[in-house]
Amino acid sequence: MMSGSALEEAVRSDRFVVTAEVGPPRGADPAALSAAVRTLRGWVDAVNITDNQSAVVRLSSMAGSVLALAQGVEPVMQISARDRNRIAIQSDLLSAAALGIPNVLLITGDHPKFGDHPEAKPVFDVDSVQMLWVARTMRDHQRLHSGRLLDSPPRLFLGGVENPCAPPADFRARRLGKKVAAGAQFVQTQFVFDVACFERWMADVRELGLHERIAVLAGVGPIGNPRALKHMRTKVPGLSIPDAVAERLSRVDESHFAEEGIRLCVETIQRLREIPGVAGVHLMAFGREHVIPEVIERAGIRPPRSANDGSDFRQRSGHVG
Amino acid sequence: MRQRKRPVPTSPSLSARVLYRLHRFLEPNPVYRWVARRLERSQTLYTGFARAEESVKERSFGCQMCGQCALPATGYACPMSCPKQLRNGPCGGVSSSGACEVYPDQRCVWVTAVERAQSADRLDDVCQLQRPIDHRRWGESSWVNYWQGRDDALWTDHDGLTREATLHPRTITATSGR
Repeated sequence: MMSGSALEEAVRSDRFVVTAEVGPPRGADPAALSAAVRTLRGWVDAVNITDNQSAVVRLSSMAGSVLALAQGVEPVMQISARDRNRIAIQSDLLSAAALGIPNVLLITGDHPKFGDHPEAKPVFDVDSVQMLWVARTMRDHQRLHSGRLLDSPPRLFLGGVENPCAPPADFRARRLGKKVAAGAQFVQTQFVFDVACFERWMADVRELGLHERIAVLAGVGPIGNPRALKHMRTKVPGLSIPDAVAERLSRVDESHFAEEGIRLCVETIQRLREIPGVAGVHLMAFGREHVIPEVIERAGIRPPRSANDGSDFRQRSGHVG
Repeated sequence: MRQRKRPVPTSPSLSARVLYRLHRFLEPNPVYRWVARRLERSQTLYTGFARAEESVKERSFGCQMCGQCALPATGYACPMSCPKQLRNGPCGGVSSSGACEVYPDQRCVWVTAVERAQSADRLDDVCQLQRPIDHRRWGESSWVNYWQGRDDALWTDHDGLTREATLHPRTITATSGR
């Protein structure tokens, strides 16, 4: 069943797909989020709205997704298992569909230990594979996890995440297989800085035939300054940046750092594009969304402008169910 | 829900191969089923038995007494000793050296589980889909539950890639009225 998602349409076409990430504000003013989303309109197929990323309190991903719809940009609402039990997760899936949010990304989530409320109770009632399984069952079988029948199923395009280069290396493609088996239709990966490692994972993915069943969007992003590089190397769980990459960025003068970061990102996208089975890229710029159009343009990706104008999405957002 | 201690990744000392072999002595049979029924009729006997199980499994596996044991499907590394208690594999926060994101001085229990499953030639086990657990069963004896046949649907018997894995283990309609 089609979800009414333009992202789903895009991954079914042969076009190289682009998604980007926007983090909601720590506050109740939606202006910054709306502006960031507007910057990306016409350049990307969908915008991920993160869910209290890094376990830091922000405006919710559901509200952020509705704000994105209002700007004429299709959202991917992230839902983490950290803060919700299975009742809340299923409720949020229904709510997303009812609000016209066509895509959801179901993820485990960072542990509260890393956030601004380390004393909070971690929920983790279900894991990411189980969340996908529950969502698919709701959509395709019209059943809740309890077995109860739904009045009407949520039409959603279901996504997950994977960290291709994290241990256990032999299991990462098989873990993606579990997500495919549970219902994932697209996957966005952790940042790829080690393309050779990503290629090895992709070879495993193709060997299992998963690339034909799930759209793989490789995670990329321009590192803007030495502080960001240091933060990513030391503070982000599961993110590993090879020494060669760090050295390349550190060699340039600080005033040219941002440009070198963009150049590296563009080169990475061009290399990823050549790997069989890669359907697109997922861009993460942490508050520097204004550089994303430049990255897309320099990488030679044809933006989905025509398929993605605002009016089309405003109509879509009015569509319920 | 009884959960007195924080889950910390635990690596068992006995090899996976040995434990797969030992498991045969735990498999349900008429005697065990009779024992399980007998234990469930007496609160005192049941509590004593569950405590004994806990003391064995806590030391060996970091058991949290979830009451629905996944050990036979995870190379005998307990996924409930993962700080996120993930039943289907590791999260994305594992460091490049294989360390847990929450306890950087501990090895990720899923890195351990996959290595152990591989060493016993049982990687397919960890590819089966684990269903969400029943949180009412915390503190129960998983051996009793296992012998009583309550664990039969904890995970699928295939990887779900060639045919659809159903979230609802038995017939869906059986639970529809709830």
